[in-house]
Amino acid sequence: MANDLLEMKHITKVFPGVKALDDVNFIVKQGEIHALVGENGAGKSTLMNILSGIYPYGSYQGDIIYQGEVQKFASIRDSESKGIVIIHQELALVPEMTIGENMFLGVERGHRFNIDWDETYALAAEYLRQVGLNESPHTLIKDIGTGKQQLVEIAKALAKKARLLILDEPTSSLNEDDSRALLDLLLSFKTQGLTSIIISHKISEISYCADTITILRDGATIESLSKGKDDISDNRIIQGMVGRKLTDRFPKRPANRQLGDKALEVSHWTTYHPVYTDKKVVDDVSFYVRSGEVIGIAGLMGAGRTELMMSIFGHSYGTATKGELKIHGQPVALNTPREAIEHKLAYVTEDRKGNGLILSNEVTVNTSLANLKSISNRLNVIDRDKEIHIAKDYVRKLEIKCPSVLQNVDHLSGGNQQKVLLAKWMFADPDILILDEPTRGIDVGAKYEIYTIINDLISQGKSVIMVSSELPEVIGMSDRIYIMNEGRMVGELAAAGATQEGIMNLIQHSKV
Amino acid sequence: MQVKRVASIKDALSQYMMMIATVLVILFFTIATGGKLLYPQNVNNLIAQNAYVFVIAAGMLLCILTGGNIDLSVGSIVCLVGAIGATMMVKQSLPIWLAIIVMLLAGLAIGVLQGYLIAYIKVPPFICTLAGMLMWRGLSNVVLEGLTISPMPEPFLNLFNSYVPDMIPQTTGLNETAVLIGVLMSGLLLVYKFRERAGRSKKGYENVSLTKELITDLILVALILFFMIELAQYKGIPVILIWVAAILAIYGYITSKTTIGRHLYAVGGNQKATKLSGINTKKVFFFAYANVAFLAAVTAMITMARLNSANPTAGTNYEMDAIGACFIGGASAYGGSGTIGGVIIGATLMGVLNLGMSIMGVDANWQKVVKGAVLLAAVIFDVVSKKKSE
Repeated sequence: MANDLLEMKHITKVFPGVKALDDVNFIVKQGEIHALVGENGAGKSTLMNILSGIYPYGSYQGDIIYQGEVQKFASIRDSESKGIVIIHQELALVPEMTIGENMFLGVERGHRFNIDWDETYALAAEYLRQVGLNESPHTLIKDIGTGKQQLVEIAKALAKKARLLILDEPTSSLNEDDSRALLDLLLSFKTQGLTSIIISHKISEISYCADTITILRDGATIESLSKGKDDISDNRIIQGMVGRKLTDRFPKRPANRQLGDKALEVSHWTTYHPVYTDKKVVDDVSFYVRSGEVIGIAGLMGAGRTELMMSIFGHSYGTATKGELKIHGQPVALNTPREAIEHKLAYVTEDRKGNGLILSNEVTVNTSLANLKSISNRLNVIDRDKEIHIAKDYVRKLEIKCPSVLQNVDHLSGGNQQKVLLAKWMFADPDILILDEPTRGIDVGAKYEIYTIINDLISQGKSVIMVSSELPEVIGMSDRIYIMNEGRMVGELAAAGATQEGIMNLIQHSKV
Repeated sequence: MQVKRVASIKDALSQYMMMIATVLVILFFTIATGGKLLYPQNVNNLIAQNAYVFVIAAGMLLCILTGGNIDLSVGSIVCLVGAIGATMMVKQSLPIWLAIIVMLLAGLAIGVLQGYLIAYIKVPPFICTLAGMLMWRGLSNVVLEGLTISPMPEPFLNLFNSYVPDMIPQTTGLNETAVLIGVLMSGLLLVYKFRERAGRSKKGYENVSLTKELITDLILVALILFFMIELAQYKGIPVILIWVAAILAIYGYITSKTTIGRHLYAVGGNQKATKLSGINTKKVFFFAYANVAFLAAVTAMITMARLNSANPTAGTNYEMDAIGACFIGGASAYGGSGTIGGVIIGATLMGVLNLGMSIMGVDANWQKVVKGAVLLAAVIFDVVSKKKSE
């Protein structure tokens, strides 16, 4: 069609072991704001990375037709030269440089060996004016807030002569006012002919500004809804996002299980950001978990769930942490991870590569790391034979697929790495396990096995706190569900009878 | 499965690469020098000249393990500790045992200071030890007043420079003590290995296959016997060898068998994960840097004894030799991997290169070029083989 700016046809992208996108079609009209929505892992970012050349031509199947021509982007530079500019969720600004320097980073004004700073700052001031940011271009990025940084990113995109602007979760770290201002800015650019693609989890924002909404689910296009033609109410969008069947994706809960006393009780827990110390990341949160119980903590990314759990686990996150912690009814103070482990707490991180495993080490070393005491004597000499024996034991019990326990874990698949991480914390012999996104980035079969392990744990009378962004998993595995948003607990539901729509509504309507 | 097997062969190859390279270099120089390299006296010199590298590199390895960090100050610590010790022993005629204690304490105190700054105040190791390198060098010149102190007292020299006496002197050209100790060590090694095997099968753990065990044991025994017979043909076992062997054995044991060793590797492999596993990562850094300075103090004594003096330039570039030995021996420049065995190989390779080229009469400047190239090649090899395995 004549007024289609972009058409992505039959896009298929395969990562080792996973089909991230499967025959996706995506059409953006000239001059519209197009929202791309879907659950975590639905393939939104992958699609945009293909469009912007981060995944170069040849690494995917299908065609990108932009301004009527088939494009073969080899790099982000190619797509930018055509006016396609992507702004990532994590801002790509250098904190120690000025706004002006950041805006022309890589496309410096003047000569390569003689940068024209006067032109740089004059142009920067002009673009800042266009985005309505009242700051000097000489200001350092680190001295302005996230909302203003987001505007600098947009000004930077304009400086690149953007014709198609892609914004990945632009408001995820902004407050209500800044978010609204940003969306209004996009709407005003629209009247000047700029086309935007916006990826967002915040349904209310999408229905506020989008002309067309494309819903992705499990790497496939589900539907496209147009304003004025289709129903684009919040409920309709949510239904499109989560509408898959829930049959036998979860193992049977252990029969006649007895819920015990409160194993862990957290009251009025508050913590602040470690760097921006006046920012409350967790705000007056209270919850508890009983022995033999699984509680799910639902919420969007950035809701403060990981921060909450890490601050409970020996103050591993945050500053000025306040609140009361009771384990089996006894008040405790856990100031280091060591103390938390000694009180039979385990935290299985969401970031298994960054915070969980030592990738360059063997399965054995990773398994024993949190409980070296139990395999060493009084002189701290490690019984290597015992260590190998124990690792083999867990490999068998958790069905970890590895050629040998002496294998380095970086060679294992994501699912097997996750199991090694679980083995490490099970070997630490905890009563209460905090599992943060325990099935992130692993395939369906491995997920089922992890769920089985969770059921085994609770049938031994242990407590499990499961933080997860996947609502079906939260509903399918938990006894009770807490819902967090923007650092606060905004709801508690019994899992029986809880629906994804219900949870999403609680999140959407929690904003005051 | 096929792919994994190929990977494991590659792993094995990269693991033994430096060992193979060392053997090849030894063979090369043996041929190029017409066999002179392996003259008993030269084997003896190899030990005496390179003792300092082995000792400092053992400490340096621990720092490198914590994340590719290095300690630049050790050479200056060697000089300062030597200056203090020489002043006490020679100028003030204080007892030798007192001087030794003060020297070790001085090294430890410097280590505690630097370790504290690095671990708890979070001063970057490179900068902290660069500052130390300047300060301790300067201080040692102040202590020495810019002059060389010599000679050292005879009893002090004997602690490091003497030889284990021959049991039956003036019989053959052979030092029987050395041969006997070689045989004893071989026997002990075999007994230890087979007791370990028996213990494993008793507890129901797995053992490596008997052939594999026998082959590695026999290679080790052959090496020990060859070495001891070489030394026996000269003056016997140098005392310095006992010091070096003891230190390497202790640190080999610490790094491979104890929890503190495990902590060092874990911090270098993934500091955040280690912290979340309940390990006090600050203590680990503190230990590594306090320890390397302590070993520098030990090295100071070895150096004083070898030079029979304390002088303002003693210990210059020792840190570089130690760092080179670690990296050539396969320690990762990013931390988390490296072994004392690797250090032994790295330091030996460097020593053989030095000695071989000196015997051949290669110009000293070219010797530096060759050593630098070998270091570079070893690190390139490490980086490339890591990248491939990703």
